[in-house]
Amino acid sequence: MAATLTAACRKTLPGGFRLDAALRLPLDQAPVTVLFGPSGAGKTTLLRLLTGLEHPDDGTIVFRDQTWCDTARGVWLGPQQRRAGLVFQDYALFPHLSVQRNVAFAASPQVAERMMARFGLAGLAGRMPRAISGGEQQRVALARALAAEPELLLLDEPLSALDAAARVRTRRELRGLLASAGVPSIVVTHDRIEAITLADWMAVMVDGRILQTGPVRDVFARPATAQVAEAVGVENILPAEIVARAGGLLRLRVGNGALECLDGGETGPVLASIRAEDVALTRDTAGVSTQRNRLSGVVSAISIEGPLARVEMECGFPLVALVTAQSAADLNLVPGESLAAVVKTTSVHVIAAG
Amino acid sequence: MDWQAIGLSLRLALATTLVLQLLGMPLAWWVAFSRRRWKFLVEAVVALPLVLPPTVLGFYVLVAIGPRSPVGALYARLTGGLLPFSFTGLLVASVLYSMPFTVQPMAAAFGAVDRKLLEASWCLGISRASTFRRVVIPLARPGIATAAILSFAHTVGEFGVVLMVGGNIAGVTRTVSISIYDQTQSLDYAGAWHTSLLLVAFSFVVLALTYSWQRRAWMLWPPR
Repeated sequence: MAATLTAACRKTLPGGFRLDAALRLPLDQAPVTVLFGPSGAGKTTLLRLLTGLEHPDDGTIVFRDQTWCDTARGVWLGPQQRRAGLVFQDYALFPHLSVQRNVAFAASPQVAERMMARFGLAGLAGRMPRAISGGEQQRVALARALAAEPELLLLDEPLSALDAAARVRTRRELRGLLASAGVPSIVVTHDRIEAITLADWMAVMVDGRILQTGPVRDVFARPATAQVAEAVGVENILPAEIVARAGGLLRLRVGNGALECLDGGETGPVLASIRAEDVALTRDTAGVSTQRNRLSGVVSAISIEGPLARVEMECGFPLVALVTAQSAADLNLVPGESLAAVVKTTSVHVIAAG
Repeated sequence: MDWQAIGLSLRLALATTLVLQLLGMPLAWWVAFSRRRWKFLVEAVVALPLVLPPTVLGFYVLVAIGPRSPVGALYARLTGGLLPFSFTGLLVASVLYSMPFTVQPMAAAFGAVDRKLLEASWCLGISRASTFRRVVIPLARPGIATAAILSFAHTVGEFGVVLMVGGNIAGVTRTVSISIYDQTQSLDYAGAWHTSLLLVAFSFVVLALTYSWQRRAWMLWPPR
């Protein structure tokens, strides 16, 4: 039986928030899945529904060949029967128990010892949770969940309780730990970098609904709807109109400008989405290159964000480019200046608007 | 000094505390975690002894355990004895009278345990009962200790309920507070002095220890 998780749940929360999420995850093909979405999208609620800590108003949850929940048939397994390990956002370690006793809470001492060794916790065995760092607490929580030998591991924003420096370090480490866990995992996050670093597969959730699932790179490169594009942080989402199609290419009118892109068979009004990283800038406004989209425009604003510069341009339509701060300095960019933006045809992605 | 009465009071307080730990814990658990709409009614009933005159409570208990009540009749058939004016009857009344002093600190302590810890335990496959034993009780230990100390102290000091239900039988129902009353009535002021002073000292030590242990014990003072 393939390790597939299928869920279709509806739940209205006391505050009036409505969750209506349908999800199908091929967990054997993709060991780490990210449940991605902005804060307040209902990701944690969905996770709690999957663990059985929360009852749906109606719906079904099936994991492998086991029905966890089917409100129509009155089937319900509690959290104890689902064998779905949960790592809480703040780890929820038992404060009255040492690291060793936390890990061994639902496991034999042998299994606990093995987990402690694997997660590099052997030296902390006797320490209390409040006396270890956030990153160490996270490893304890992970070891505790895995020591109970779950069939599915769920992590709620596992990096958000860490400070920035620890987050970067732990992010890399976590990917390795999850990939080698031997248990499929679902990670809730609202952070794009986390999603890209940690996951193979991703499900995008906005306003209580799952809008798109697929391999992470596909979802980032080809958001299915404008809402997904906005959620995954594609900076340029431009209303466009198809004016011509020939030779597998589409010609779009965008504002007072034009773009060319691959023909995916879309018709009617569309949205052109371009990631700001995929926009290159050049002073050479007339040069020849393989790029079909060479857009002359005027710089309207520049802001430096760490090592990157965010350049806003007006080239018949507003376009945001993300370049390194060094290149922005080399080009000596100033607002009001004329410049060309270059976008590869394959970097323009067409979304049906509707 | 009426050592017999002091011994009886201590015995009654100890028995009451033990019974209340057993009965009060599940009730406090229910009060802390139930989401029933009518929970407030149970909370109000448990808190009643805090505001009722002890004579009122004592009167009802006396009637309820009397030989003509179903409870009293059943007890008489099972044991051949009567509940009123017996140590057991006194124990029943004391348990009801001190109930809020057990249930409230326990419920407050249970309620203060982070619910996520319970959920974490459940998701690890641990049953609700084991979770209560392994997570809730250890974390609520100060509250449970406070409940025991307050119930014990409160039972040692009770007067009205004992007088109503137990009367004044030396060695059976004459507790230390009744003994002081007797001493005063019979103008034995020296005896009343000594016994009273002992009670004041005892109560002070108990409360001082409790507050040094846990600030929120009686919720009379703001948290530190």
